[in-house]
Amino acid sequence: MRRFLQRHVSQVALSPSLALIAIFLYGFIAYTAAVSTTNSKAFPRFDSFVGLEQYWRLFHTPRWHVAFTNMFLFGGLFLLVTISLGLVIAILIDQRIRAESFFRSIVMYPMAMSFVVTGIIWQWLLNPTLGIEVMVHQLGFTSFRLDWLTNPDTVIWALVVAAFWQGCGLVMALFLAGLRGIDEDIWKAAAVDGIPAWRVYVYIVIPMLAPVFLTVVVLLALSIVRSFDLVVALTNGGPGVSSDLPSVFMFDMAFRRTNLGLSAASAVVMLGTVLAILIPYLYVETRERG
Amino acid sequence: MPRAARSGWLTPRRRKAILSRGVLYLLLAIIALFFAGPLYILLSTSFKTMPEIQSGGLMALPHEPTVQPWVTAWGEACIGITCGGLKGYFGNSMVMTIPAVLISVMIGAINGYALAKWPFPGARFVFAALVAGNFVPFQVVLAPVAVTLRTLGLFGSVEGLILIHVIYGIPITTMLFRNFFLSVPNDLIKAARIDGAGFFWIFFRIVLPLSPSVIVVALILQFTGIWNDFLFAVSFSNPSSAPMTVALNNLVNSNFGVKEYNVHMAATVIAAAPTLILYILLGRYFLRGMTAGAVKG
Repeated sequence: MRRFLQRHVSQVALSPSLALIAIFLYGFIAYTAAVSTTNSKAFPRFDSFVGLEQYWRLFHTPRWHVAFTNMFLFGGLFLLVTISLGLVIAILIDQRIRAESFFRSIVMYPMAMSFVVTGIIWQWLLNPTLGIEVMVHQLGFTSFRLDWLTNPDTVIWALVVAAFWQGCGLVMALFLAGLRGIDEDIWKAAAVDGIPAWRVYVYIVIPMLAPVFLTVVVLLALSIVRSFDLVVALTNGGPGVSSDLPSVFMFDMAFRRTNLGLSAASAVVMLGTVLAILIPYLYVETRERG
Repeated sequence: MPRAARSGWLTPRRRKAILSRGVLYLLLAIIALFFAGPLYILLSTSFKTMPEIQSGGLMALPHEPTVQPWVTAWGEACIGITCGGLKGYFGNSMVMTIPAVLISVMIGAINGYALAKWPFPGARFVFAALVAGNFVPFQVVLAPVAVTLRTLGLFGSVEGLILIHVIYGIPITTMLFRNFFLSVPNDLIKAARIDGAGFFWIFFRIVLPLSPSVIVVALILQFTGIWNDFLFAVSFSNPSSAPMTVALNNLVNSNFGVKEYNVHMAATVIAAAPTLILYILLGRYFLRGMTAGAVKG
């Protein structure tokens, strides 16, 4: 026994973690997938098998349509805004500026906060009777309107701006690291040839950052699928259900509407979305390295 | 160019350079205002009286600064049906976060060391199976976790939240430590093994003393992640065990009574303070932690 332990000490040390992950991750994913094929209400019941009916029901639920579409709408806008501005800010900070670490810290500190805090801050700033709108009115621009939080058509922008405020720091830092990794000689050669800086960025430097773009897109995409706290704290899905996301729908069905079967189906669709993002990425990554 | 220099006037080229520097710093100032402005407004509002808030002046400093909002937020504000302020929830968060961070970092360090330095057939597969957990949206395990915690009698308790944070912290901490330990020279381990040193002796006497930086990164990553967590907290806690994130959301987004914005702002600062202080003190490690943690669920 002692000899066995000594010989396999590494496996023995890993086995509790492996057992916990096997149950709490893989086992529970299978459990949720199984619940999604039943008609469970408040408690999981496996004697009410309904096949794929919950998935059919899910995609015929108007609220899920809003939530699922919002994920792509919010995701697309958030990716576009955060990547383009994150890159621009990284380029600005990369211009041998004074007080560089000061500017970097200011862009990055929101990362330290929880999404609940971020949501509350922006709920306050976007409040039409107290926030930015009133401030702009007091500056004399009385026709200014900032009604994102109360307008179902534009509420998604409230989520985008708050998520950008919190997430830009990480994107900027990744791009800045990428820019610092680029060979100085490229800039010297371009200067000798008299090529303007913006052309060097557009035609040479940014294409060289392609791997960073890929990483950033995948990281942000994963965070979009999982977004939950920000919506709860900022809009709570409202007005109505106009800013609902799949995670909020899932939570509501599981813990408030006691519709576990439907909730499990929505969770499985979320996992499927993550896999659809991840598998091509891992394929590209491993092929490049292999 | 020499003529221009002699006359003490700027060449067109130099003038253009100064102009573009000016534009650069103007843009940077706007960016700084966008990111720092909200924190400034949060802090200044938390020291204002309610009448002053209603009179506008979002960016103005408080006319008659008061600490009453802070006193109320900490000890008197009503959250749900109890009116004891945030202090109890702050305590819940601490009692939950500190053990969960320490245990999950320790487990991750041992796992990473075993995978990187004591390989065995199938170690790569084990690593992949553990690390895949970083990508799973936790919504897919919420319901079975709730059932399990009920069965164990831990639902709604701080202990239950600790357990859950420890388990779902295994993938990220294992990945972080395994990737770092790969860079520890194998010769050190081999030499120690020839001298008869065992698994844990090498771990505590050789490997850990070589890795203070990754330990700091892991501690920051886990502290920030667990302190800021809302999904597990809102799913598995009850009013007496709720952590700060849940209490703050209940305080601010409750529909009862008059909204005391100054109290809300003070409460928000209190909730954000521990991780913000960590960021200010350990910025460089913090970024490394966030980059590693960005993949996490």
